[in-house]
Amino acid sequence: MVVAIDGLSLGAIYALIALGYTMVYGIAKMLNFAHGDVIMVGAYMIYTMCTLTWTTGGLPIWAGALIAFVVAVVVCTVLGMTIEKVAYKPLRGASPLAALITAIGVSYLLQGLAQLIWGADQKTLAILDKLGNLHAGSYTIKWSSIITLVVGAIIMVCLTLFVKKTRTGRAMLAVSEDKGAAQMMGINVNKIVSVTFAIGSGLATFAALLYLPTTAISPTLGSMPGIKAFAAAVIGGIGSIPGAMVGGVLLGVIEVVCNSIEGVASYTTAIEFAVLIIILLVRPIGLLGKKRRVKV
Amino acid sequence: MIMGEKKKFKISNYLNYAIIIAFVIVMIIINSTVGLGYSDKSTLPRIAFSCILAVSLNLVVGFLGELSLGHAGFMCVGAYLGCYIANTIRAGGSMPELLTVIIAMIVGGFVAAIFGFIIGLPALRLKGDYLAIATLAFGEIVRCIFKNLKIFGGAMGMSTKLYNGNTLYILAFVVLLVVLFCCQNLINSKHGRAVIAIRDNEIAAKAMGINVTFYKLLIFIVAAFFAGMAGVLYGSTIGTIRQETFSYNYSIEILVMVVLGGMGSINGSMIAAAVITYLNIVLQQQLSGALAPVKNIVYALILIVIVIFSNAPAMKSFREKFNPKKLFRRKPKTPEVAEAIERKDEAKWDRIPTKIDMDEVLSADTRSNYADAPVPPGADVIPMERSKDEMYRPIESGKEEK
Amino acid sequence: MSEYILETKDLGISFGGLKAVQNANIKIKKGQIYGMVGPNGAGKTTVFNMLTGVYIPTTGTFYLDGEELKGKTQEQINHKGIARTFQNIRLFSNMSVIRNVMVGLHNQPQYKCNFLTSMFRLPKHFKTEKAMQEHAREILKVFGLDEERNNLACNLPYGKQRKLEIARALATNPKLLLLDEPAAGMNPQETADLVRIVKKIRDEFDLTVLLIEHDMKFVSGLCEELTVLNFGTVLAQGKTEDCLNDPEVIKAYIGG
Repeated sequence: MVVAIDGLSLGAIYALIALGYTMVYGIAKMLNFAHGDVIMVGAYMIYTMCTLTWTTGGLPIWAGALIAFVVAVVVCTVLGMTIEKVAYKPLRGASPLAALITAIGVSYLLQGLAQLIWGADQKTLAILDKLGNLHAGSYTIKWSSIITLVVGAIIMVCLTLFVKKTRTGRAMLAVSEDKGAAQMMGINVNKIVSVTFAIGSGLATFAALLYLPTTAISPTLGSMPGIKAFAAAVIGGIGSIPGAMVGGVLLGVIEVVCNSIEGVASYTTAIEFAVLIIILLVRPIGLLGKKRRVKV
Repeated sequence: MIMGEKKKFKISNYLNYAIIIAFVIVMIIINSTVGLGYSDKSTLPRIAFSCILAVSLNLVVGFLGELSLGHAGFMCVGAYLGCYIANTIRAGGSMPELLTVIIAMIVGGFVAAIFGFIIGLPALRLKGDYLAIATLAFGEIVRCIFKNLKIFGGAMGMSTKLYNGNTLYILAFVVLLVVLFCCQNLINSKHGRAVIAIRDNEIAAKAMGINVTFYKLLIFIVAAFFAGMAGVLYGSTIGTIRQETFSYNYSIEILVMVVLGGMGSINGSMIAAAVITYLNIVLQQQLSGALAPVKNIVYALILIVIVIFSNAPAMKSFREKFNPKKLFRRKPKTPEVAEAIERKDEAKWDRIPTKIDMDEVLSADTRSNYADAPVPPGADVIPMERSKDEMYRPIESGKEEK
Repeated sequence: MSEYILETKDLGISFGGLKAVQNANIKIKKGQIYGMVGPNGAGKTTVFNMLTGVYIPTTGTFYLDGEELKGKTQEQINHKGIARTFQNIRLFSNMSVIRNVMVGLHNQPQYKCNFLTSMFRLPKHFKTEKAMQEHAREILKVFGLDEERNNLACNLPYGKQRKLEIARALATNPKLLLLDEPAAGMNPQETADLVRIVKKIRDEFDLTVLLIEHDMKFVSGLCEELTVLNFGTVLAQGKTEDCLNDPEVIKAYIGG
C-alpha cells in the first residue's frame, strides 16, 4: 500500500516531466535534452525564494512557499521560451541532430550557470516534508506523496482538457500532426511552439516542487529524472500525452517497488531501462504510440 | 563527405594517415629532444582514443544513419573486461607489456562486439529517437551492472596497471591508425556502399537485395569492437576505471564530436574529436577550482554557437552572402535576359530562370538577386520575402534528412 | 519449368477491413512485356508490393518460375529474381550514378567478397571493385547514362532518374522486372526513348517485364497483354487492344 502510493507519486512526477518531453517532441520533433535542467533551475528558484521569504519574515510559511513557487513557475516558463527562441528556433529546418546537440549545449550551460550561482554543494529544502505523515490504520503515508499524487492527477486532467477543448490545444494537435498544413490553415506555428515550451517548462516546475522532498538540490539534479522521464515518454509512445502519463506511472512504480526489495535495489536503474528496451522490442512505437505506415 | 570520384578519395586516404604519422613523429622528436611534459603525455592518448571513439561512432551515426547514444557503454564493457584480463596476465606472468595490452585490447574489443551484436538486434526493429533511447538505456544498464559487480571493484572502480607512460601515446596513435585503416576501407568497399544505401533509402536497399539485417548488425559490431579497444586504451591511460565515466553524457560527447565533424566524414570526426578533447583538457586545466563551472559554460557556448552557425538555415544564407568567393564575382546573367529586363521586354520573360533550387529559395540571398528585376506590368507580385517560420520544414523521421 | 514466369493464384490482401486487392490471377509468359493498368487506387502498386515482399498477401500465393515465393522477405525475393522500380523514385540520392548501379550488383555471385577482405584491402577486393565498376558502366551505357556516372543521383533530371532506377534494378540480374509507372513525368520524347529501351533490355537481358502505367500510348506501344484492375479486382485481362476496347474498362476510366 505504502509502496503503491509512493510509486504512484513518483510516477506522477515522472509523468509530469515526461509530458514536457512528449509535447515538445510532438510539436517540434526534437528531443529537448535541456528539459531536465529546467527542473533543476526550478528547484533552485524555489529554494532561493523560499529561504528569502522565510528569512525576511512577516509572511507565514505557506505564503512564502506559494510566492516562491509562483516565481519559479514564471522564471522557468520564461526560461523555456527563451531557450527555444535562442537555441532551437534558428535550427528549425536543419537536421534534427543539430537541434539535439544545441539542446545538450543548453543543458551544459544551465548546469554550469547553476554551479556558478549556487555552488556545487547540495542543498536541501524540506518544503513538503514539514507536513509530516498520515496515519491511516496501520499504514504510515507521507503527506507529500499524497499531495504529489493529487496535484499530478489534477494537472494531467487539466492538460488533457486543455489540449482537447481549447483553440490553442487543438492548434497544438494540428501542428504536431502536420506543421505545413497547420500553417496553411492559418495557425501561427511560432506561437504554438512557444506555448508548448512554456507549458512544458511550467510542468517542469511543478515536477521540481514535487520532487524536492525526495532529493537534494544540486546542479545535476535534473539529469537522472530527466532521462528517466524521457524513457517514460518513449515507453508510452513519444508524442502521445496519455502515453507519457502511463509510461511515467509505470516507471515510477517499478522504481519504488525495486527499491523496496533487498538485493534488487542497486539494480533499479538497470531494471527500469531493461523494461524500456523490452517494451520497445515488443512494441517499437511505445505503448500508446501511433503507428505510421510507410508508403512504398 | 560524399562518395565522389575514386581518385580523389584515395589521396585523402593517404593524406590523413600521413598527417597522423607525421604528428606522432613530431611528438617523438619533441619527446627525445625537449621532452614532453607529464600532462602532454596523458593528453595525447586521450586525443587518440577520442578519435577512435568518434570514428567508430561515425560508422553507426554517419554511415548507417542510426542514432546511437550508447557508445560509452561499449567502451565501458571493453575497458572493464580488457583491463581485467590485463591485470590477470600481469599478476600471473612475465609477458611483455606491449603484448599484454594488445591481448587486452583484442579481448575488450571482442566482448564489446558481442554487446554490439546484442544492441544491434533492437536496431533492426527500432528507428530514430526510439533507437537512441534504447541505446542510451543499454549504456546505463551496463554501467549499473558494473557498479554492482564485486570482481570489478564495484562502485569504487577497478584499478588498472598503467602502460608505460613514455610510449603509451605512440601505441594509442598506432591503434588509431589501424582503426582508421579498417573503417575507411570498410566504408570505401562494396560493403560500405551497401551500408550507405541502407541509410539513403532502406526500402530501395531491400528491394535491391541488400541484406539489411546483416549490415546493421555488422556496423554495430564493428563500431562496438573499436569502442571496446578504445576502452582498454583508456584503462591503460588512467589509474582507476570508474563506471561514472561512462554515463550517457560521455556517449553524447562522442556524438557531439561526430556531428560537429560532419556526419559521414571520417576525417571530420577525427578533427572534431581532437579539437574537442584538447579544448576540454585545456579548459579543465585553465579553469580549475572556483572557476570550474565556467569550463562547462564556455564549452556549452562554443558548442551552441558552432552548431547554430554551421546548421541554421538563416546562417547558411548569411555565409553565402559573405562568402569571399562570391563577393568578388558578379552573378552571371544570360545576356539576353539581362537585355530583356533592360528593355522591359515582356516577351522574353520566359527565359528568366524559374527553376530555383530549394536552398536558394530559402536563402535571403535570392531576394537581393531578384529584387532589382523590374516587375512586368500587370503581373501579380509574388512576395519573395519568406518569413522565418515558413522555413519550418517538418522533419518526420529524421532519416530522410541525413 | 512452367510456361509462365510469374503466376499468381487468387492473390489478395486486406488492410483492416479494406480489401485492397482480391483474387488477382495473373499469368505472365517468359519474355513478355505485360502491362497492368487501372484507375488510381485500383491496387496496382499493392500487387507490386506483394510480389516483392513488402506486404505479405493475406490470401492466395504467387510463383516465380514455378517456385512459390509467398512469405519470403524482400531480399530473398530479389535474390530469386524479381527486381522493381518505385512509383516515387527511390534512388540512393547521395551516391553517384555508378555507385547506385553497383549497389544493384552487390549480390551477384561473381562479386562475392567478404567484409574482412575489404577491410584489410586484400587483392581480391580490388579485383571485384574493378569488375563491378566495369559491369556497372556496361549497364549504364544501355541507358545512355555512362556520361553522367560520376554525378550524384539527386542531381540528375527526372527522366534520367527514372532510367537510373531501371538500370539499378537491372543490375540485380532479375528474371522478372517490375516497373512502377516508368514513364510518369517524362516528356513524349523521353517516353518514346523509354519504349525503345524497355524492348532492348527485354531482348538483351532475357527478361520478362511487368509494368504499371497510365500513359495508354505507352502501354499499347509496348505491352502484349494487359491486366486491368479496378477497386482491387481484375476487370479485364488479355490482349492489349481487346482490353482497352472493353466497354467495362472504358467505363471504369471515363466513368458512367
